[in-house]
Amino acid sequence: MGKIWRVSGPLIIADDMKGSQVYEVVEIGEEGLVGEIVGLEGDRAVIQAHEDTLGLRTGEVVTGTGMILSVELGPGLVGSIYDGLQKSLLTLGEQIGPFIRRGVKATPLPRDKKWQFTPRVKEGDAVGQGDIIGVVPETELIEHRIMVPPGIRGTVKEIRKGDHTVEEPIAWVAQNGDVKELTLLQRWPVRKPRPYKERFDPAGLLTTGMRILDYMFPLALGGRASIPGGFGTGKTVALQQLARWAQTHLNIYVGCGERGNEMADVLSSFRELKDPNTGRLLQEKEIFLANTSNMPVVAREASIFVGVTMAEYFRDMGYDVLLVADSTSRWAEAMREMSGRLEEMPGEEGFPAYMGSRLSSFYERAGMVECLGNPGRQGSVTVAGAVSPPGADFSEPVTQNTLRIVDALYALEVTLANKRHFPAISWLTSYSLYVDAVKDWWNERDPGWEDTRAGALKVLQQEAELEEIVRLVGPEALPEDDKLLLLVARMIREDFLQQSAYHEVDTYCMPAKAGLMLKTIMKFYDLAREMLDAGAGIETIRSSPMVYRISRMKDIPNEEFEQRAKELWSEMEENLTTGKRGS
Amino acid sequence: MEFSSLYVKEGRAINKAKGSLLVAESIPGVRFNEIVDVQLASGEVKSGQAIDISKEAIVVQVFGGVSEVDLIGSRIRYKGETLRLPVSMDILGRVFNGMGDPIEGGPRVIPEEYLDINGEPINPAMRQPPAEFIETGISAIDGLNALVRGQKLPIFSASGLPHNRIVAQLIRQATVKGREEAFALVFGAIGVSYDDASFFMRNLERTGALERTVAFINTASDAVIERISTPRLALTAAEYLAWRHNMHVLVILTDMTNYCEALRELSSMREEIPSRRGYPGYMYTDLATMYERAGMISGREGSVTIMPILTMPDDDITHPIPDLTGYITEGQIVLSRNLERKGVYPPIDVFLSLSRMMKEGIGPGKTREDHNNVFMQSYAAYAEGSYLREISTIIGAEALSERDNIYLRNADEFETKFIAQGEWEKRTVEETLDIGWRLFSALPQEDLKLIKEDFIKKYLPERQE
Repeated sequence: MGKIWRVSGPLIIADDMKGSQVYEVVEIGEEGLVGEIVGLEGDRAVIQAHEDTLGLRTGEVVTGTGMILSVELGPGLVGSIYDGLQKSLLTLGEQIGPFIRRGVKATPLPRDKKWQFTPRVKEGDAVGQGDIIGVVPETELIEHRIMVPPGIRGTVKEIRKGDHTVEEPIAWVAQNGDVKELTLLQRWPVRKPRPYKERFDPAGLLTTGMRILDYMFPLALGGRASIPGGFGTGKTVALQQLARWAQTHLNIYVGCGERGNEMADVLSSFRELKDPNTGRLLQEKEIFLANTSNMPVVAREASIFVGVTMAEYFRDMGYDVLLVADSTSRWAEAMREMSGRLEEMPGEEGFPAYMGSRLSSFYERAGMVECLGNPGRQGSVTVAGAVSPPGADFSEPVTQNTLRIVDALYALEVTLANKRHFPAISWLTSYSLYVDAVKDWWNERDPGWEDTRAGALKVLQQEAELEEIVRLVGPEALPEDDKLLLLVARMIREDFLQQSAYHEVDTYCMPAKAGLMLKTIMKFYDLAREMLDAGAGIETIRSSPMVYRISRMKDIPNEEFEQRAKELWSEMEENLTTGKRGS
Repeated sequence: MEFSSLYVKEGRAINKAKGSLLVAESIPGVRFNEIVDVQLASGEVKSGQAIDISKEAIVVQVFGGVSEVDLIGSRIRYKGETLRLPVSMDILGRVFNGMGDPIEGGPRVIPEEYLDINGEPINPAMRQPPAEFIETGISAIDGLNALVRGQKLPIFSASGLPHNRIVAQLIRQATVKGREEAFALVFGAIGVSYDDASFFMRNLERTGALERTVAFINTASDAVIERISTPRLALTAAEYLAWRHNMHVLVILTDMTNYCEALRELSSMREEIPSRRGYPGYMYTDLATMYERAGMISGREGSVTIMPILTMPDDDITHPIPDLTGYITEGQIVLSRNLERKGVYPPIDVFLSLSRMMKEGIGPGKTREDHNNVFMQSYAAYAEGSYLREISTIIGAEALSERDNIYLRNADEFETKFIAQGEWEKRTVEETLDIGWRLFSALPQEDLKLIKEDFIKKYLPERQE
């Protein structure tokens, strides 16, 4: 037991802390504030407090818990709302009302709730780490698979079917004469990646329902993506859309240093919206971490790791998990704040020199793996992190350090946002290195994918070049085929890339629909070019009713689209050909 | 500031005095961030705060600087309390300084309780998503950047622009449709000129809003450190009215640029490592802890809506002050010098302005069914017109097609008819939307892609030639 020697903001130095270890969790002062040891010097410990230190005095007691900062893993996680240290915010709300007071504890998993446990192994079976010994139906969408914790192997002495709380023993495993008790609950230190058997390259499309992602800049399962953008460019909305519609088994939303009202909005929308494939409420496949910008800064640092540890845990069950983090810049700022207090030598813009490695230690926990244990299974963690660069200037250190790690960049542009082009993802600066990883996925479903995608990107590229000329000579001075190109580029931008997050149909676009939409526009381009060649004027094409019809494609529901697209195509052939004959 | 507690600890041994910091010998039991009195040899008392405590030394930041502090004759009294505001319903109609003392000559407030000026964060899981439309009577706000209860929506202005007049108009006109509820205004003036402060006070007096107002005024000549406490006092008062007395509170804070300058000044005195342009690295968090106090709570009546005003240094929206603010607030109303020069009042830059909470606050039952469509289409048309205007300055309007010229004219009319309005003109949201429809009637109808066909039939007026 130690005593406070110094308090300076979130930094606390305590005396008499012999026997502690770095990253051990401590309780500080009379109120028992949570802190974490970040350095030891003789018997003096340097502690970062995860709660507000206002009013602490020197000489107050500091107690080590003997535990490294860990998360509780087990049934009850799905649908929960946690703060950055995995305190259940709903439990806190019931206990102390709508305001958060420091020092109040709230267990992450409900202790009194009984879960229906069905064993998958029987007495006498040999089990090893990662083996699934039974399942709990946690929600309609998630079957919680109970695994033997890493480090344990032996013979099952007893296993109990039935209803259990998370702390009651469900199985006993004999290991070298020792008997280990297993519960539904396990713990894992947040800063330590969970083990797996083998790691693979990301593969297969992570369907997001966002056209510009799925079709143009795909994200692969097990991949890493970054979404940088100035304020008002729609980072949060983009991440919310990902968390809503990504066709993964489970999504984890980490709100790190962001707005409370937006968090409230996310939470309430997940209680109402339904998953497009299963028709179940989205909150049945979602975990929320909310550490808003007015909550203690240092806990932001922990929240990201808490989130990714949960993601790995579900990955180990054989699930595809998506973690979105909004925003990693606030997380980096928490690091900077602590580093400044520790009087470390600052790197760029005051950020600590280890920021880059800390960022990679987070992003590197994404991946597709062969999980430990039997039955054999694969799982993946995909990570998408928002970055909030000051002044929307991507040359700043957090963005640059992130770009060194991620393989997909969705760059949000202020100029697009100002034109209300949403999602404001720039088609000129964004990229995805997962095009090859999802090629097989797409080719199975849409053999023309690569060509259509390349064709559309080329039109957009040419438009950007023409734009320079237009600014000098005006749009009317261009040759006819360039005018057509501008028209088609505009259609791609407005009728395909733009997607409303708030339109009931357009908010989620199935990949099949996205493909057909773009093909329709490219088909229009082909037919219109033929018309031009046959001598029709650009005005005939511009005023064709097909232009308007194509612009309304977004409103057509996913299920009806194939049929309606067929009609549209035959209409187009007729209409645009008639125009040709007429001229 | 008034304290009921007795002075418990006193120290004489001061080792260093520089800028606004005193380094004193340690006394056991001093709390982190507690408030202290520094008594000078002359008997004068200054306030301060213990910003770093250890068993070796205590660092005290003195409000108003350490001038006249001597190392031998001065004494530090530790009060065992963090900064608190005495509150009761009697604060309504009163004017206080940046330390919470009344300055209009009235008596001290008899407190019901003392509240920590830093407040407590609202549990995000207990928040109610804001969705109640506030009708301000200003078209550019109601139609395109609607404000809702519980939102934090700043005005990004610049020196010489009429932000004060716009805010005054907003205070005069803002109502929630069809409701008569307890409404209060909290006004925090931070480092503003005497004239600016009195402009607001006169305005409040004239509209009879004064008895529903609590004002905290720190003028440019007052102590810099009090600029840090002024907005916090204002928000504490607002929270008291909203959460204890179920009132709907609008908080106006002006000018937050002065607040950030004060923060930078104090940070450099504390010898902290500066971030961009010398502002401290924690400025985002510091501002967020204030702005995040806006909101609504599920199951409670009241609300706190915050409208901070800041002046962008050199009209630069990427300057750290507007930049960090924009990352925290739910949108921003940006004023444009260009429109101001064209004589448009209110000169609201529609492209840079944004209200993130708008979509929740508008629509059938709240404003009108076509609101969102009108908003999107007006926006698209104005964007198109502005783009063409830019091109036409180089190539001339004659080189544009007839269709392009329609959009060019539309952009001008949008500025003079939709955005522009009188300072005393209060437009209902229906009037605003109808102006939008009148402008659409000049556009080619097939271009109205963003509007549902039903609405076009219902609302589009006959074309006027």
